[in-house]
Amino acid sequence: MNILGRRSLGRLATVGVAAAMLAGAAAGPLRAAPPADTFVMAKDISDIITLDPAEVFEFSGGEMIAQIYDRLMWFEPDNMSKLVCGVCESYEVSEDGKTITFAMREGMAFESGNPVTAEDVVYSLRRVVKLNKTPSFIVTQFGWTPENVDDLVRVEDGKAVVEITEEFSPALVLNALSAGVASIVDMKTVEEHATDGDMGYAWLKNNSAGSGPFKLQTWKANELVSMTANEDFRSGAPGVKRAIVRHVAEPAAQRLMIEKGDIDLARDLTPDMVAALEGDDSVKVQTDAKAALIYMAGNQDNEILGNPKVMEAIRYLVDYKGMADSFLKGQFKVHQAAWPEGMWAGYNETPYTLNVEKAKELLAEAGYPDGFEIEMDTLNQSPYPEIAQAVQATLSQAGIQVSITTAEGKTLWPMYRARKHSLILAQWSPDYTDPHSNLDAFAHNPDNSPEAKLTGVLAWRNAWMDEDMNAMVVEARNEKDVDTREQQYFDIQKKLQAEGPYAIMFQQTEQAVMRAEVEGFVSGPTFDLIYYRTVSK
Amino acid sequence: MTEQTSAAAPGKLPAAPRALKATAGAVLSLVLTFLGLTAITFVIGRVMPADPVLAVVGDRASEEAYQRVFLEMGLDKPLYDQYLRYLGQILTGDFGASIMTTRPVTEDILRFFPATLELATLATLAGCLIGIPMGVWAAVNQGRWIDHAVRVLGLAGYSVPVFWLGMVGLLVFYGNLGWVAGPGRIDIYYDGVVDSVTGVILIDSALQGEWEIFWNAVSHLILPASVLGLYALAYIARMTRSFMLDQLGQEYILAARIKGASEFSVIWRHAFRNVLVQLITIIGLTYASLLEGSVLTETVFAWPGIGQYITTSLFNADMNAVLGGTVVVGICFVGINMLSDLLYKLADPRARA
Repeated sequence: MNILGRRSLGRLATVGVAAAMLAGAAAGPLRAAPPADTFVMAKDISDIITLDPAEVFEFSGGEMIAQIYDRLMWFEPDNMSKLVCGVCESYEVSEDGKTITFAMREGMAFESGNPVTAEDVVYSLRRVVKLNKTPSFIVTQFGWTPENVDDLVRVEDGKAVVEITEEFSPALVLNALSAGVASIVDMKTVEEHATDGDMGYAWLKNNSAGSGPFKLQTWKANELVSMTANEDFRSGAPGVKRAIVRHVAEPAAQRLMIEKGDIDLARDLTPDMVAALEGDDSVKVQTDAKAALIYMAGNQDNEILGNPKVMEAIRYLVDYKGMADSFLKGQFKVHQAAWPEGMWAGYNETPYTLNVEKAKELLAEAGYPDGFEIEMDTLNQSPYPEIAQAVQATLSQAGIQVSITTAEGKTLWPMYRARKHSLILAQWSPDYTDPHSNLDAFAHNPDNSPEAKLTGVLAWRNAWMDEDMNAMVVEARNEKDVDTREQQYFDIQKKLQAEGPYAIMFQQTEQAVMRAEVEGFVSGPTFDLIYYRTVSK
Repeated sequence: MTEQTSAAAPGKLPAAPRALKATAGAVLSLVLTFLGLTAITFVIGRVMPADPVLAVVGDRASEEAYQRVFLEMGLDKPLYDQYLRYLGQILTGDFGASIMTTRPVTEDILRFFPATLELATLATLAGCLIGIPMGVWAAVNQGRWIDHAVRVLGLAGYSVPVFWLGMVGLLVFYGNLGWVAGPGRIDIYYDGVVDSVTGVILIDSALQGEWEIFWNAVSHLILPASVLGLYALAYIARMTRSFMLDQLGQEYILAARIKGASEFSVIWRHAFRNVLVQLITIIGLTYASLLEGSVLTETVFAWPGIGQYITTSLFNADMNAVLGGTVVVGICFVGINMLSDLLYKLADPRARA
């Protein structure tokens, strides 16, 4: 039956040929590997909401501003355990430890061409305090307020002087001044773009005014961040002229792109994908330890979890090694202390292993010989549901029946901050490279009352307060002798490991998959100790 | 008799007032849809457990920082007050700023929507160009192998998960065969070369004579458009087949055949003309659903479209972006429905009465 007729068949044939031509042309010589002077990386960068260093508090945003801005203090890629000067040439600590004077390096310039001066350093720090965005606590803990910061952070004889009102260890202050909030912005350029006295806040969200190894070219949310090299960077020009971070949320798509050579580096491949690439000579895998920790916490307001023996039993009911050797392989390693391995004062003891009998004994002593029922909340993205299920299985061996609820972070965190959880499985990363960053959160709770609302403090969120521990944290925070201070942090972590409301379980390791020709990608323990400037191809 | 011919039939309004009434009805429907859409989206956004303040300040923020932003966002005000303020704001074309992108939502929509428009339009075109002849062919050959093949294809296209199909497509045509480009709208090195005029890269690159970029964009577009197109094709082919079978069983078809009309004429001039009226609605609905943004396709292909924008915003409790995106999609939906109604009247003389 001829339903189409000759003319129609002819038309269809024309359309078909045109479509084939289109497909053929599209399949032509259109794709090419990234140019030799361009570094292209695929990463999920959907968390970036600003590139203003006074406000950035997201992992990807922190990584970007580390490429764009130089900081007062810094870690060089060849030795990430040694804190050194960034824009400063040297620094001097006063006898009482409360004043630090920074002499500036000569000959540095911002991307605008303006010289980097002590005035810029002072302006940048004052700006953080006055804008008072979330990460400002990293420096306001020194006693700086919008009212007094002009006096406490000042320029004297061409040097930047910072004065603290609290009894903090100078080492802690210097470490904090290596955080993203201590990025130095170009005062003149920022003020040129200020509107209504906002210190350039609206403009700097998606523009740059730095003196780092790269200049921001463009940031398109959920698409890409593009940077061009600052040839005049103080440590020398970066190894590539352009760095592009492309948003690719789907790991499988990242894998295809790295295999095809359309990108130089993929950041978010799953362990099974990495394993599948073994034997492929065109790519290589680099594994780096990260500072992020996965922990389980028990709300001490809960009658059952408030019993210390119950939390101890729970610590014995986790198959740490089993998980790390199976579905977490390559992504996480066993770590049971509140400050990560590889960092100064990192505590590497792992006293807990899966021991059901011991846990049963502890539960019997606590008055729960047959276990109990409890709820556990966690994030809904991998690997949290998988870890929660594994923990659920091992807890049930001692009679603890867990019901798991997973949710988006924006749903989970309000509940956690309101102390409405029972058990929670979550992640924590340090805000700066001093152990006080984590231990102030995990161990220090000066006021356990609900009205205190210390919502940023993990100990408060879990309604846990230990007066001895509070004193130990404050003592270590203020200690000026480095060796004594290190021992104090070991003691705190040991005590917290045994008595705290936590089962700290894993420390993250990141597997970056890159093309074989890519050299020099340095990825340090914290989210902003990542260096694109050392990359070459 | 002039008076009689220009007068309306008993019980019917004259043509001009009738048109006026129809227009007023359409406008009223549009306004009510708009109000309903904004109200429901707004309320859902405010009652869902995700906290928009934490989207701004982060989960580690102090209570002081939290409360400051809470007040800045006006969340202390009654819900109706917040809604009325928002309504007043969007009536001036201001959807507010997105937390996620830091830019005005209007700017974001102008950037993300053309990407979806490009994808959905090509997918719908592919679905029509292939799906309609397939449906007709299957109906005419009812019960034969070709009919079964089309039905199986339709079922597969409709039921195979888009996410899976996209990944397999990428693996085969990008990963193994290298026939098409990978995820994204264009190769990243071309970013910023073409000035955005319409936001549709195919058009912008052609207008500016950047043919290398044009073909690069085609290479990136062909796979996601095909994946979405298969969904459109399956639905359109299935419905075309069904409508055609209905029409081919009508007496007027028998009458046409008895009169000696050719098979081509019977199928395309008689049966299909009646099917076309119903198909307009189907095509309109398909197009509108694709314009809503196929989140999964956009995720697999790293396609910066409106679906991914709204979804990511929702997960980040970025309610300005969610509301703005939803309103635009809603307006498109209503607009396409109105256009379908118009085309319906053009295609079917009975509907004009």
